Amino acid sequence: MSTVLRLASITKSFGSVTANDHVTLELKEGEILALLGENGAGKTTLMNILFGHYAADEGTVKVFGKTLPSGRPRAAIRAGVGMVHQHFTLAGNLSVLDNVMLGSEPLLRVRSRRAEGRARLLALSERFGLSVDPDARVSGLSVGERQRVEILKALYRDARILILDEPTAVLARPEALCLFDTLQSMTRQGLSIIFISHKLNEVMAAADRIAVLRGGRKVAERTNAETSPEELAELMVGSRVTRPKREAHAIGAPRLVAEDVTVHLDSKPALKGVSFTAHAGEILGIVGVSGNGQVALGSLLSGVAAPETGRLTLEGREIGGLGPRALIAEGVGRIPEDRHAEGIVGELPVWENGVLERLATPRFARYGFVRRGAARGHAAGLIKRFDVRGATPEMRIRLLSGGNIQKLILGRVLAAAPKVIIANQPTRGLDEGAIAAVHAELLRAREAGAATILISEDLEEALSLSDRLQAIVGGRLSQPVAAGEADSRRLGLMMAGVWEELGNAV
Amino acid sequence: MRFERRARVPWSLAVAAPFAAIAAALALSAVLILAAGVNPLLAYVEMLRGALGSRLAVTEMLTRAVPLVLTGLAVAVAFRARLWNIGGEGQFYLGALAVAWVGHDLISGLPPAAGIAVLTFVGMMAGALLLSGPAYLRLRFGVDEVVTTLLMNFVVILFVGLMIEGPLRDPLAFGWPQSVPVDGAYHLPDLIPNTRLHIGLLIALAAAGIVWLIVARTVFGTEARAAGFNARAAEFAGVSLPRTIIGVALLSGGLAGLAGGIEVMGVTRGVTTTMSPGFGYAGIVVAMLAALHPAGVVAAAVFVATIFVGADAMSRATGVPSFIADVIVALALLTMLVALLFSSYRIRR
Repeated sequence: MSTVLRLASITKSFGSVTANDHVTLELKEGEILALLGENGAGKTTLMNILFGHYAADEGTVKVFGKTLPSGRPRAAIRAGVGMVHQHFTLAGNLSVLDNVMLGSEPLLRVRSRRAEGRARLLALSERFGLSVDPDARVSGLSVGERQRVEILKALYRDARILILDEPTAVLARPEALCLFDTLQSMTRQGLSIIFISHKLNEVMAAADRIAVLRGGRKVAERTNAETSPEELAELMVGSRVTRPKREAHAIGAPRLVAEDVTVHLDSKPALKGVSFTAHAGEILGIVGVSGNGQVALGSLLSGVAAPETGRLTLEGREIGGLGPRALIAEGVGRIPEDRHAEGIVGELPVWENGVLERLATPRFARYGFVRRGAARGHAAGLIKRFDVRGATPEMRIRLLSGGNIQKLILGRVLAAAPKVIIANQPTRGLDEGAIAAVHAELLRAREAGAATILISEDLEEALSLSDRLQAIVGGRLSQPVAAGEADSRRLGLMMAGVWEELGNAV
Repeated sequence: MRFERRARVPWSLAVAAPFAAIAAALALSAVLILAAGVNPLLAYVEMLRGALGSRLAVTEMLTRAVPLVLTGLAVAVAFRARLWNIGGEGQFYLGALAVAWVGHDLISGLPPAAGIAVLTFVGMMAGALLLSGPAYLRLRFGVDEVVTTLLMNFVVILFVGLMIEGPLRDPLAFGWPQSVPVDGAYHLPDLIPNTRLHIGLLIALAAAGIVWLIVARTVFGTEARAAGFNARAAEFAGVSLPRTIIGVALLSGGLAGLAGGIEVMGVTRGVTTTMSPGFGYAGIVVAMLAALHPAGVVAAAVFVATIFVGADAMSRATGVPSFIADVIVALALLTMLVALLFSSYRIRR
């Protein structure tokens, strides 16, 4: 097999941070190479250099034997490199065909060659098994379909090397498996693929070769056959990371109780008569395939949405529809599903984000004025206690990595010693080190007697943390099962909505 | 070539940006002055002399700066919370009209200080109410406030025209379309005798200080900023968006209305439809040059006032039309936007 791509000794620094340190990488024709590393290991920076979004400080990029001029995405496209970004770059108001053709035609051409474009798109979609409707509006497509459009967009521009940045971060498991099938069929037709990931099982399932980045350096390269998930985890993190284990302990009185609660989102029922009871010192896991009512449940428990019918009580007091501030005052701590969109205001400094939820409380405000000293001190304490790396109270929080932002949000919640914790996808998109830290904190809060609702799409996480589990399907909740009696098979059935015949509920 | 966002905008760059923008705007305008057949350097010297060359010139310039400080603050407050209030001009006029109407004979007999306080409040209320409409429409129906506030400017100015040719017409104005004047007892006292400079300057400076306290130090200001940057996260954290946006609208509209009220009490006495040379719109330039900072607003208002006042003198001395002032101010807004881009991003090859 010939080498189609060679990155030689790429170095790139941002200020005092070295994102890539003399990284050398080769891609062979018809191969799937996985770029594995924790958040902040330099994977995305490396791919952005390859694609010309960034200019490297040192090193060269050779595609099909020719050196690419640095910092020119167009040159990379012309050389046959296509990139599928983690956050899609599609125009929602345009059709699939428009999105695919956009930018591929000379600006001054009088008429767009749509008929040819459509034929080409359909041929590509046929050839690679990426079915799409060329006339569908992108805003109406699912995430998986959008990703297909992104891939087609790259193929339309004659990409022969495809780079996918965390392609499965947004996909449910079946969609991810389907994507890997597609990638494999593409390599059989001569394409070469690099995909970025921090998920071990995924890398093992899909990649021919795996390059591990850590701290900006390439620390290892292995073929699929000669490595194991354990070895990769160790290479990726540097030392062996073990997720903390849940210890059995006595569970207390009922804390947060939902009885037959219905919630409407956009005036459609999204939660249909759900009931659950979370006890003190217990983690109640809510598992399910995404889009089955988790958003509505999260909104209800965060105080953003009010129940249409039914009761939601905390230690017997009705708290449904109280609103975020009142819920926090009642002792509810909330970890939002989307940390960037809901958890933080990126442009504000760390200290303001650290107290935003409790800005109006006497501890952080007097006569309507912010007690800046107290607020800054609080943030400094959070940074220290929860090991938020690289943070100072004054710095804009946007500059922190996802894992460190999550640690700050977690700290903001836990510092108030909440009675109830709502953890909505608390480790989505985090690397192993950060996941272990978040799990440890949630378990510590459980030890301290908090009742936790863990809404998670990650079965492994839900199984290892939860005392009891309920499945969410189509806006309804199953009966709870004890963690000891739940295995993946049984949970799989529950998540498919088959729970009536599963007797012995607890 | 591509832009990379700077992790941190250096302090020196943030201060240099408006100066660079002003220099660029002056350089670009020099081309037009040249086209008018005048040496641009000479024109700018005349401009400076006209605005700063004598005691009288300076007081005139400061008189002109007073409403600009207030409309600039109005825009800065709103833009910080991402409420795009383009309606400063309309709020200015409605504030002015309300003060003339109430101040003419509705509150006769009050002690001057009390009367001035009442009229100050009336001017603010008029502007605040005017902006609360578009703010409510945005909250309730998602109507873009850029459109509504901008269009309201024309509605208000036509309404002012209607009133000063009708019910509020000044019978002693010899047929000039002008409103009844504010009662003489409620004219703002001169700050410096025998000049037009009035104590409105102190009110404007105090307003700048208070606005700074509100936006930088209070819970309300912090919440408004959070809501501006990320409304969803602010809502998740328990910030009430309706309360915040209405609050910002009342403050912003109030400041622009106050500008109109003070201009009537301090300078024009009655309202005409030409009393503002675009104070409301110039407020946008002032706020942008100040990077939305209240202290910067004062400095930027002085700059814009210098251009406005200086251009008249320059026009008399050189024959270049004084419309060049509008060109310079408008260009300063554009160059400032470019300067902001360059100061918050770095260029990479």
